[in-house]
Amino acid sequence: MAQNWNDLNGNFHPASAADFLPREQLRDLQSQRLVELVKLAYKVPLHKSRMDEMGVKPSDIKSIDDISKLPFTQKSDLRDTYPYGLFAVDSSEIVRLHASSGTTGKPIVVGYTEEDMRVWHESVMRCLLMYGIRRGDFMQVCYGYGLFTGGMGLHGGSEMLGCTVIPASGGNTERQLMIMRDFGTTAIACTPSYFIHMIEESQKYGVDMKKLPLRFGVFGAEPWSEQMRMFMQKNTNIKAFDIYGLSEIAGPGVGGECCEQNGLHIFEDNFYPEIVDPDTGEVLPDGEEGELVITTLAKRAMPILRYRTHDITSIIPVPCKCGRTMRRIRRIGRRSDDMFIIRGVNVFPSQIEVALMRVEECTPNYRIILEREKDLDTVTVEVEVQSQCYSDSVAALDTLRKKIQASIFNIVNIRIDVRIVQPNKLPRSDGKAKRVIDNRKI
Amino acid sequence: MRLKQLSVFLENCQGQLEKVCRLIADAGVNLETITIAETKDYGILRAIVDKPDEATAALKSGGFFAKEIEVLAVEVDDKPGALLKILEKTSEAGLNIEYMYALTRPFDKKPVMVMSFKDIGLAESLLQ
Repeated sequence: MAQNWNDLNGNFHPASAADFLPREQLRDLQSQRLVELVKLAYKVPLHKSRMDEMGVKPSDIKSIDDISKLPFTQKSDLRDTYPYGLFAVDSSEIVRLHASSGTTGKPIVVGYTEEDMRVWHESVMRCLLMYGIRRGDFMQVCYGYGLFTGGMGLHGGSEMLGCTVIPASGGNTERQLMIMRDFGTTAIACTPSYFIHMIEESQKYGVDMKKLPLRFGVFGAEPWSEQMRMFMQKNTNIKAFDIYGLSEIAGPGVGGECCEQNGLHIFEDNFYPEIVDPDTGEVLPDGEEGELVITTLAKRAMPILRYRTHDITSIIPVPCKCGRTMRRIRRIGRRSDDMFIIRGVNVFPSQIEVALMRVEECTPNYRIILEREKDLDTVTVEVEVQSQCYSDSVAALDTLRKKIQASIFNIVNIRIDVRIVQPNKLPRSDGKAKRVIDNRKI
Repeated sequence: MRLKQLSVFLENCQGQLEKVCRLIADAGVNLETITIAETKDYGILRAIVDKPDEATAALKSGGFFAKEIEVLAVEVDDKPGALLKILEKTSEAGLNIEYMYALTRPFDKKPVMVMSFKDIGLAESLLQ
């Protein structure tokens, strides 16, 4: 069996055992957990009223196959019940609170019992193990610490694994690079856009990324492309891995890539994934693209039934070469709510990104500006190009602009204005890069 | 003679030129000639200054992208047809002038044109 665990180098960690559960055994476990979860969730007024409306009783849920009988939970449900409306246990059992930044209106609050914390940290640890990170690695966590789940989640999981954790938190790039070099960081966890920013800044601070012992990158909290992976892997010695998670479900660690770097295994024993049609809510078979829906099979403080993530992906219908039985989802490229419609065409920011990355001269720093002129929506893509492209020639810049425009046209089939902007003009973020600026007054 | 010209990428919006001029002024650099080629979204500012290296450094530290480009300064006689004579020479040699502008304060009181060529060496040997 050792050859199946090819990314474990013979160092099999007990926490990874669940990754390889035979499917029937996994189904039994999922069924048991779902039955318990629904009993608990039924104590929460919102879930109870939704289930009553649909005529579903907890006793109707006998196995994981019955999950589609359950109501969905939306992000708005978490907002509407702010702060503690979805908690299923007494506050004396809650040992941790986190909250989302809440860009639109009220934030959402999530709670954890001691057991929830263990499950969460263990999930993060299982991700790290898939990447090949081990006890003895120096893990620099540059996600923001605080109410955001990124920093504390990676911190807890790395510590549980036995890494030497460096809680650098976000920001102050010069200091991050100094720590990375002086402390001998071997693994880093941050948003992909922030790591790209570090690569760009490293030269300025005299740090040669290629000479650092840094070997692993754990990137999540925002969608990122294969092109960004290539850029990061080319300019440093890391292998860049995707980690998936969301606060509403646990935080980072819901799933991650294995050494195959071909889709993210979802830890199905704790987080049950479904793919549904975003419009009708109908469950789609494995392999078909739709919206990812997750049920927290093992959460007690705040059981969540069928959470609509708005992330668009599909479940990969074949087993992974690494031998894990946990099903994989394709990397999240787009969200059902990020999409904008321009002249009747659906456009996803990720499509723009792919188009930009096909043009060698473009950097990964871009943003999309939506405006409305006389009831007509317009899009402008602002992009920074490689420094040597800021040439002395208007003609050369114009040619480049047209080349970028053509690349976008190739993918989305509409003409989108491109504006080449000054280097370092676009804001870099420590958290999620804000790619779409919507200035439309609707 | 060859001159070092400063080329700066500017976004075509209000206040950009002022920022550039302030950075140059604060560095104690004197502008000899300044010209802008503009498009809808951006422009390229080209300038001849007394201390190009200092100006480039000041602009870079101010967040602008500045380059030093070698251009040719060509003296032109102050009489009808003088520029034409020069252009005849470059045309005959197959040289294209990428862009051209007049130096504001000519040396030796003769007008001086600043010209940009892809092959500056060839142009120099031809015109001087």
